[in-house]
Amino acid sequence: MKLLNVFLATSALTLFAGQANAVDLEFYFPVAVGGAAADTIQSLTEEYVANNPDVSIDAIYTGSYADTTTKAITAVRGGNAPQLIISLSTDMYTFIDEDMIVAWDNYVTEEEQEDWIGGFYPAFMANSQTEGKTWGIPFQRSTPVLYWNKEAFEEAGLDPDAAPANWDEMVEMGKKLTVKDDSGNVTQWGVHIPSSGFPSWLWTGIVAGNGGKLADDTGKNVTFNSEAAVGALEALVALSAEDAVMAPGILDWGGTPKAFFEGQAAMIWTTTGNLTNVRTNAPFDFGVGFLPGLKQNGAPTGGGNFYLLKGSTEEELQAAADFVKWATAPEQAAKWTIATGYVAPRPDVWETETMKEYVSDFPQALVARDQLDYAVAELSTFEGPKVTQLLNSALESAITGQTAPKEALDGAQAEADAILSAYR
Amino acid sequence: MNSRTWIHAWLMLLPAFVFLIAFTHLPAITTVIDSFWTTAKGRRPAVFTGLGNYEKMLADPVFLKAMINSAIYAAITIPASMALALAMALLVHWSFRGVGFIRMAFFTPTVLPLIAVANIWLFFYAPGFGLIDQIRLFFGLPSANYVGQPDTALYAVAAVTIWKEAGFFMIFYLAALQTIPQSLREAAAIEGCGRWTFFRRVTLPLIMPTTLFVSVNAVINAFRLVDHVFVMTKGGPDSATMLLLYYIFETGFRFWDTAYAAALTVVLIVILSIAGIGQFFLADRRVHYK
Amino acid sequence: MIRETAFDRVLFRGGGVLLALIWIAPLAYAVWAAFHPPAFEARFELTAPLTLENFASAWSQAPFARYFINTILLVTMVLSVQLVLCTLAAFAFARLEFPGKSILFTLILLQLLVMPDILLVENYKTMRAFGLVDTIIAIGLPYFASGFAIFLLRQTFMTIPKELDEAARVEGCSLLGLLWRVYVPLGKPAMLAFGLVSVSHHWNNFLWPLIITNSVETRPLTVGLSIFATTDSGTEWAVINAATLMTSAPLLIGFLLFQRQFVQSFMRAGIK
Repeated sequence: MKLLNVFLATSALTLFAGQANAVDLEFYFPVAVGGAAADTIQSLTEEYVANNPDVSIDAIYTGSYADTTTKAITAVRGGNAPQLIISLSTDMYTFIDEDMIVAWDNYVTEEEQEDWIGGFYPAFMANSQTEGKTWGIPFQRSTPVLYWNKEAFEEAGLDPDAAPANWDEMVEMGKKLTVKDDSGNVTQWGVHIPSSGFPSWLWTGIVAGNGGKLADDTGKNVTFNSEAAVGALEALVALSAEDAVMAPGILDWGGTPKAFFEGQAAMIWTTTGNLTNVRTNAPFDFGVGFLPGLKQNGAPTGGGNFYLLKGSTEEELQAAADFVKWATAPEQAAKWTIATGYVAPRPDVWETETMKEYVSDFPQALVARDQLDYAVAELSTFEGPKVTQLLNSALESAITGQTAPKEALDGAQAEADAILSAYR
Repeated sequence: MNSRTWIHAWLMLLPAFVFLIAFTHLPAITTVIDSFWTTAKGRRPAVFTGLGNYEKMLADPVFLKAMINSAIYAAITIPASMALALAMALLVHWSFRGVGFIRMAFFTPTVLPLIAVANIWLFFYAPGFGLIDQIRLFFGLPSANYVGQPDTALYAVAAVTIWKEAGFFMIFYLAALQTIPQSLREAAAIEGCGRWTFFRRVTLPLIMPTTLFVSVNAVINAFRLVDHVFVMTKGGPDSATMLLLYYIFETGFRFWDTAYAAALTVVLIVILSIAGIGQFFLADRRVHYK
Repeated sequence: MIRETAFDRVLFRGGGVLLALIWIAPLAYAVWAAFHPPAFEARFELTAPLTLENFASAWSQAPFARYFINTILLVTMVLSVQLVLCTLAAFAFARLEFPGKSILFTLILLQLLVMPDILLVENYKTMRAFGLVDTIIAIGLPYFASGFAIFLLRQTFMTIPKELDEAARVEGCSLLGLLWRVYVPLGKPAMLAFGLVSVSHHWNNFLWPLIITNSVETRPLTVGLSIFATTDSGTEWAVINAATLMTSAPLLIGFLLFQRQFVQSFMRAGIK
């Protein structure tokens, strides 16, 4: 009897002690490419926890990016913040302003600083570093690409394997691809660049293609009305106006793949995150190519980074950082990329066997990676949501013909300056 | 006055008032107070600014658009949903083959959450492959982008609201119609009264209490129903569908400018209070009690 | 009977049918999209194959069963508390005299229109102060005292003849006994009318639950559906509609089966 008691007591103590050593982490994540990707995060988390018994991670799916940001900020203000979140890379300045994130530099060794942090594509780090520190680790990053309908190209007498090399070619091809019915109504448009919700994203790419830049890397200065920017907006507006190759008005982002599948548009601009969707559902052969630029190649980056939140112990944060190092390691990143269509954020991911196999089967996946050489940061500033929103409004105004491009952008510049002056 | 009575009375009122004060009146007051300060950020504390937020509001083009839009939205949805509800009630008031189906058809929007139907309507309105456009193209009409053009976006959104509400109000009108005594109808028939005259002179006045009930709900909903904006337009294009409550949410929970959101809320409170007082004045005059 | 011309009949019947068709179009589309593969979301070909794949997909992608339970819990909790609190308050206003009666009643009227939905930011702060963020009860708390219910019930109670009061008093009934024995039974129709408004409102409520809930355990259907439907990639109408149908089916079927009873009880509600 006594032995049994001793045994029970010891087990209880060990259990207790064992529990005391376990670090409990909470992790908010959004998924923006369909629900099944949430399962991949869960399985990644479970795999890590299985191999690291002194850590337990509660991965909580918090909806869209906007919802996740909302949840994170409200949790921080409420004093019960998670340790880790995945949120938009452009939230960096907002989080800094809210004083709610910690820099990753404190949780990496010097070697890791060079190999790990230094091993991400610079295009993705552009939205992840400021003030000489690293605030976000790229994870589910994307970039938009051009998808084209090879069948439609053939019907229009174009070479189905040749993507438009630049903007002018896109317009020329678009004219041939715009098909009307007997009543003179268009049944197929040549080009479809969505503009609902966040037109600034794709427009950033057009500006980059025109040699312009929207913001610097301090988060305090923007140039919405540079010559390059105005020219980019004029070109976009012209697509529905003089060029008549794109449907007028604001085009719904969510309906873009459908428009493509239904043959409403022969060329669409949308995120590489739609790659799997298009591959599964397009009833025709399709091609993937760089976004055609006005003067040069250019594309925005997008998507989410890992952030470490304040309010937890050093031990918890270090454990969270270690999890992220594992999650972004080539094997795991490869699985994630293949499951979701996001772009692998590190060159070494593409070297893994898993990726090589995937790419040999599906070479279109390489386009997004190759375009990274020309990719620029997504618009990110202090008071980010507000500044981006007023830019979006200005763009919508110009696209729907309510205001001239230069006027709209001048207005946006003035408004943005008024807001950002408080930060300079 | 029996002191025991009023202690009892206050005790009976206590639970309700605890919640009422905690979640309506106190927050309303703190909202007003908060609107006189700026928003505190992690790095900067709040600063007293008096009427600063209100000045900002008057100079804010999005706010002005939101006000105009909300006014138009209310002016359309309130009468339209009420009139349609009454029309529907009149239609399904009789018993005929298929009335059950028609009644159900009118009521289904009530059980479908607005956020869910927003996607369905987005499909209807989609240019090209959307249902309405398919019909238009079939008849040789050009494609229309209802949600993507500032001229039509607000009306497209309002249509969804009317669709959602009318069936719900119909139920109340149905009940009211069935309380109109058959004898009145027969008397009117004997007098040679026309259908429309009967409606105007007898039916309408008798259902006035229901109309008041429905109108209160309609006004509340005109300012409350912004769920579909989240899915359909997010306030765009260029604030064409920006409604006041949606702007409050965006300012408070996307831009994190809680002080400005408080000021905007004060405006909404004032509008609703005026609407409420106005309605009760009208009600007092017009309602016909037996 | 009242003169009814053939023109009238055609106008009304025809108009009725047309209106009904327009009204049911969204639900009809939801059914179409949910039961056919995504390729047919926009193609209305009658020979298209039927499939249950969308339902399976929706079910596996989000815990709709849990969302459903959360919503039922929420709606039931809110209505029950509302009925208790507001019946008490309405009775006090209808039958008792006490100092401050008119002021307190005005406060109630104000709540009629200045509803909790507007006071998002402040109510969120309150919930945070009490540590109630991300709980189902927090979704319901701001609505427990419904000015609308108090107003409605007060109207109803005021129409109940005072003789009944005296009769009950003669029997030796206490105040609460009076309320329970006489007023509540007579007020049932009004409570039913209010019940419909309340259930419908909270079943469909989106904005406040969106802000106050964070996790699966507390999320109601509306928030769950919106998270489910908002993606960066294309809108998957087939799956979204399958989810919508799954979650609305109980209410729809309930109404289909109990239509007549519904309307009849409203007849007796006498919203006067």
